Amino acid sequence: MANPKSAYSIPGKLGKFDTHIIVVWVDNEAGVLARVVGLFSGRGYNIESLAVAEVDPKLNISRITIVTTGTPQVIEQIKLQLKKLVPVHKVADFKREDKKVIFKEMALFKVVGNSAKKEKALKACKKYNPVILDKTNKSYVIQITALRRDIDIMSKNLKKFGLVSVSRTGAVAMTRGSEVFK
Amino acid sequence: MSKLYSGAEIVFKCMEDQGVETIFGYPGGAVLPIYDELKNHQTVKHILVRHEQGAGHAAEGYARSTGKPGVLLVTSGPGATNAVTALTDAYMDSVPLVCISGQVPTHLIGTDAFQECDTTGITRPCTKHNWLVKDINNLAKTIHKAFEVATTGRPGPVLVDIPKDVQFKKTNYTKYKKQKKLNGKKNHFSHKEINELINLMSKSTKPIFYTGGGVINSGPKASDLLRELVNITGFPITSTLQGLGAYPGDDNQFLGMLGMHGSYEANNAMHDCDLMINIGARFDDRITGKLDEFSPKSKKVHIDIDPSSINKNVKVDLPIIGDVSEVISSTIKSIKRTKPNFAKSNKQKISKWWEQIDKWRSIKSFNYVNSTETIKPQYAVQRLYELTKKEDTYITTEVGQHQMWAAQHYKFDKPNRWMTSGGLGTMGYGLPAAVGVQVAHPKKLVIDIAGEASVLMTMQEMSTAVQYSLPIKIFILNNEYMGMVRQWQELLHGKNYSESYTAALPDFVKLAEAYGCVGLRATKPEELDDKIIEMINTDRPVIFDCLVDKEENCFPMIPSGKPHNQMLLGPQDKKANKITGKGKTLV
Repeated sequence: MANPKSAYSIPGKLGKFDTHIIVVWVDNEAGVLARVVGLFSGRGYNIESLAVAEVDPKLNISRITIVTTGTPQVIEQIKLQLKKLVPVHKVADFKREDKKVIFKEMALFKVVGNSAKKEKALKACKKYNPVILDKTNKSYVIQITALRRDIDIMSKNLKKFGLVSVSRTGAVAMTRGSEVFK
Repeated sequence: MSKLYSGAEIVFKCMEDQGVETIFGYPGGAVLPIYDELKNHQTVKHILVRHEQGAGHAAEGYARSTGKPGVLLVTSGPGATNAVTALTDAYMDSVPLVCISGQVPTHLIGTDAFQECDTTGITRPCTKHNWLVKDINNLAKTIHKAFEVATTGRPGPVLVDIPKDVQFKKTNYTKYKKQKKLNGKKNHFSHKEINELINLMSKSTKPIFYTGGGVINSGPKASDLLRELVNITGFPITSTLQGLGAYPGDDNQFLGMLGMHGSYEANNAMHDCDLMINIGARFDDRITGKLDEFSPKSKKVHIDIDPSSINKNVKVDLPIIGDVSEVISSTIKSIKRTKPNFAKSNKQKISKWWEQIDKWRSIKSFNYVNSTETIKPQYAVQRLYELTKKEDTYITTEVGQHQMWAAQHYKFDKPNRWMTSGGLGTMGYGLPAAVGVQVAHPKKLVIDIAGEASVLMTMQEMSTAVQYSLPIKIFILNNEYMGMVRQWQELLHGKNYSESYTAALPDFVKLAEAYGCVGLRATKPEELDDKIIEMINTDRPVIFDCLVDKEENCFPMIPSGKPHNQMLLGPQDKKANKITGKGKTLV
């Protein structure tokens, strides 16, 4: 420890960090996102990305998808602490490696340059369902949907083709097959 | 058409339906409509405090000594922010509080209006839940929900923020029907778990019960059941600071409090046991010490109503999620049915364990070197205990050395008699808490064992005690230092007593007189008993200035970051003078 006279206990050994996707169904009411996010910041948990929107206007339910990292113990705490919040209905937790679950993020890329560059950029995005949302003589706005790491790579690779702006969502998740998380 | 009620009326209607008899509060602009309505509701008695923090702690004292939720009423802005310390304190120690705060009118919210603050934003991390009620039609529902959230599951504070215009608006009120109390969201433990617990218990040769505030929160029945369980099993039992009183402090099976300033036998037994049964405690860092070396050889069972307490700090082998009294009651029934001779067959098995415990006990770790010249603080607490134990006495404390001495030397034999700020460690808790306790129990003896530094933080509440003729006794162990700070500085910071001495203390006897209560002072051990008796016999609030040894330290002590079996035992123990190098960093 830096200061030998520090009057605080030293931290114990840290376990291995895993990436998890936590899905939380909440009442869509004022301050609910602050409660969820405040729980993460207040207890020192990580948030890698966050996606929120109302999914059931009738029952007033929003679905929050949070990508987080932590030791198994921390992930367990995150789930249990979330379940204690009054507006939280249910909490699902998926490992990123989980094959039974689909994870997707969306990104918008603005590419500025001559047509050769623009086409190269579009071609580079081919694997990720590219859609041209806006087109001018000088620019493209391309939408892709992909995994987080692929988008990371793409936003690096497109630099040489005149990428000037990136906007991306947090991950959303859904289980494969006919089953629904209860 | 049924009668329409204003928001302010509804607040009282709700409180009446919830059986609220006392509220602690302080008026201000944004709660004036509610205060205006107070006169029409005779069943709700309002106690005017001198600071909103005092209202919060008084409500805590009220709640802890009665088992009912404490209610406080504060205004917007500073009223709400002043209550934050008390709300956080209640959150840490699981005390049910309902805080009703006024807010600026809805159309002014967000405009930085006079006495506006983001109350729900500020109190979000220190309440179980909070609500800003913008629609009068949601008010009654919200207040009843608030009481439900505060009192079910693991209890805690909640806050309802009511804008001034909502207090004026009118709507219907339908009488509230209390639903069957669901304790917590989901709360099922299985018989399989109980059987597994009994199986572990019957195999164990070195068992220990480690009980906490959860037993108290589960109601007086839980304490009775705990006593029965401990009796049937013959196991030793130790308690956290918050759990004191759940089991009789003078019983032979009780090893005293555990933890940083707990007894030698309790901590060593925790370290060496092969079965630890945690009932309603939360493996706090003041209890566990160094986590990697915490009770390395034991199977751990954790009984708790809060699922998030399980495996938070310490990994356990058998979690049982449920209300303490339900779990214990089910365990006792199961033992009686399946192993009627449990006590007998078990006695032999754990007799060696008891021999070992008695060896640790013979060290008498709470001992101190008494003096005929100066009053030793431990001696003062011991005398206070001896002279008050015949009465049903309620004790509150502030935070610091005096708090630990009170926990070590005052022996409780009933739950709800001990109110102390354990989790948050709020200096200034004890005096207002005593006010709350005395309001709930007007005829009982209520004593705040205090330190002179702590008590000055909320001293203004003496004025409240005088106004309502609450004969609380403030027993100050006055050593002119922030004693615990001084102790750490002596042991860990090379005796650099940086800012821990209070050079200009008030004359507490004169201060008492200024408040219109009684001041007493003891300076010599031989006059202590007479003065304490005089204090007890005074039917008015008393400030007792007990001048004690200025340099006494609180032992035994586990420097945090050390395991349980490495305790410092005090001046007689040579190891005490040997915290060097590495030891310093670990506290």
